[in-house]
Amino acid sequence: MPTFNFTLGELPLEAQKVREEIRDFLTRELSGRSASKRALSWGGFDREFSRKLGEAGFIGMTWPKKYGGHERTALERYVVLEESLAAGAPTSAHWVADRQSGPLLLRFGTEEQRQRFLPRIARGELAFAIGMSEPDSGSDLASIRTRAERVEGGYRVNGTKIWTSNAHLSDYAIALFRTKVVPDKKHEGLSQFLVDLKSEGISIRPIIDLAGGHHFNEVHFQNCFVPDDMLVGKEGDGWKQVTTELAFERSGPERYLSSIQLVIELIREVGKDPGERTAATIGRLTAHLATLRQMSLSVAMMLQAGQNPNLEAAVVKDVGTSFEQEIPEVVHALLGIEPHLATGTQFERTFGYLVEHAPSFSLRGGTREVLRGIIARGLGLR
Amino acid sequence: MNETQTLLADTCTRLFTAEVTPALIESAEKGTWPAALWQQLEENGLTLPQIPEAQGGAGGQWADAQLVLSATGRFAVPLPVAETMIGAWLLSASRLSVPMGPITVAPVRHGEKLTLVREGASWKLSGAAVRVPWGASAGHVVVVAEGEGKPMVALIKGGIAKAETDVNLAKEPRDTLTWSAAPVLAAAETGHGLPEDALMLGGAMARSAQMAGGLEFLLAQSVKYVTERVQFGRPLASFQAIQQNLALLAGHTAAAGMAAQNAFAAMDGGEAGFEIAVAKIRTGEASGLGAGIAHQAHGAIGFTYEHTLHFVTRRLWSWRAEFGAEPYWAMKLGRDVAARGADALWPYLTSR
Repeated sequence: MPTFNFTLGELPLEAQKVREEIRDFLTRELSGRSASKRALSWGGFDREFSRKLGEAGFIGMTWPKKYGGHERTALERYVVLEESLAAGAPTSAHWVADRQSGPLLLRFGTEEQRQRFLPRIARGELAFAIGMSEPDSGSDLASIRTRAERVEGGYRVNGTKIWTSNAHLSDYAIALFRTKVVPDKKHEGLSQFLVDLKSEGISIRPIIDLAGGHHFNEVHFQNCFVPDDMLVGKEGDGWKQVTTELAFERSGPERYLSSIQLVIELIREVGKDPGERTAATIGRLTAHLATLRQMSLSVAMMLQAGQNPNLEAAVVKDVGTSFEQEIPEVVHALLGIEPHLATGTQFERTFGYLVEHAPSFSLRGGTREVLRGIIARGLGLR
Repeated sequence: MNETQTLLADTCTRLFTAEVTPALIESAEKGTWPAALWQQLEENGLTLPQIPEAQGGAGGQWADAQLVLSATGRFAVPLPVAETMIGAWLLSASRLSVPMGPITVAPVRHGEKLTLVREGASWKLSGAAVRVPWGASAGHVVVVAEGEGKPMVALIKGGIAKAETDVNLAKEPRDTLTWSAAPVLAAAETGHGLPEDALMLGGAMARSAQMAGGLEFLLAQSVKYVTERVQFGRPLASFQAIQQNLALLAGHTAAAGMAAQNAFAAMDGGEAGFEIAVAKIRTGEASGLGAGIAHQAHGAIGFTYEHTLHFVTRRLWSWRAEFGAEPYWAMKLGRDVAARGADALWPYLTSR
């Protein structure tokens, strides 16, 4: 049986130094940001914040300097991510580009694409969306039908993408289209494209979530022209590329820290000398947090060492999202307070936000069932 | 893992695969001391991995001890290896010499007190300790006791206490020992590096490694079973419900392993109060959930005495309660975290 390979490691000195720098930056930039706003976690979209973060050198940290990056280690970047999440910074305007679109272009993009997009991403000026899911293709991503047909100088795209977070606020998307229909081989004939969301032939319709928020969109392509130079990687290699991209999406600390503001506010709420049951609850949550942090860090260290910890990343995301999803339930069981939205204390509002948003934690970036399927394959069960 | 550690892990796997058979565990459950196995453990340097060579140990690190303890959990080794390591550590850290042979420790329950009284040049021990692992059969007992108002560590010859024998769920001996002015072989003030609750911490740390090892067995055994067992014309492994459950077991196993590893690494770094509490909480929780999933995957056959699954699951159900169950450590940890205040949570987590 293949086993998991979670090994411990110390963060190198330079990563510890970055922690002080980013903490200073976040303390300065986020002073006065309320708990219920911090609870938005990486859902908060703020271009001004992203620009400042980019200016301070905290976006595109591992990329080559010639593309506007800072040639820091993956572990220095990891520290910046976990500190941003723990502080509840509004990172959404650069998160996707920094995490997956940029790295994808770095790996598969043309020299021209890298020079054109990466420096602006690193400055925090470009927001990216992800065009993967379609109305009939969620977990079964390879069954997508949106067609990109060859035309003079590029491709003509027709179809619909769905659940496209922040498409209405973003500049570009990296989207997966079908460039060739290969009967009975759905993983073939897929290709990835850079799409300018302001292009003609694109219409973006909001999908309001259960909390009344607008993050999701449905993006329609009607004879939308995408020029040749926006093809990412090789035509037909889309599936291989997109699985690489999904690995970037699955391995980070955002998969266990989404509810940390509620833990922090719970501690504030109960005070410095809580009763036995409350103390035990806080102790248990702390134990889970500390263990998940080590696991997540272990994956980051494997990535830094050039290994391919896809299986370990899936395990961290599965255990991590189950934990962050459980936190509002734990608070409910402990205190029995009513969750609030616009009124109530900061604690009640943080609680309210997380109760409503927790269901999404085990859906985004690959559902729990898909992840457990990946883990089961790693165990040799399928 | 460095080269020595790979070698150590291989030695454990080889020895335990060959020797720790169902027959041996069953005979231990009936009260037979597996003397030959103990001797092989000692000869291979597995009982005192982290004790300095000058004191009869292997001169290694706590990380080495973790490998051995994890293996004893994986193979359900019916011997007081964990207790011997912790007892030897208390002696060694208090500059007392470490005897050969199996050692146990007392008291193992929070709140129990033993007393040392000076009598001429030596000390006498009095008091009672409940559910001491191998209390009646271990060659020596290392106690933490109060002597003239100070915390002390003392070495007592085994077999001299009044003993009421009992067992835990896995039929491992858990005996109540009572001493009345019993002679003490050696005693010293608790070593400087030792925290006040060193015995509980050491025991909890050791159990967390054993539980993490036990979970590894449950995962491997469950994967093997569902791959071989055929129902409805196909292996159980091909059913999504089974796959999902075993993936969940894999997550708990990975988390338990990480938490235990972190505690031993922190010990090698000097101080591990936080990490040990975390490890005992996380491995204890994983043990209950993991045992449930493993049994579900095995169906009725796993509920029989004939099948070996229960050698590990019964240990997990007992071990998670020993040296402080999850609520004990969670309360302790929670009080510490709450006292530091909400805004200190993240800085505290990242400082460990």
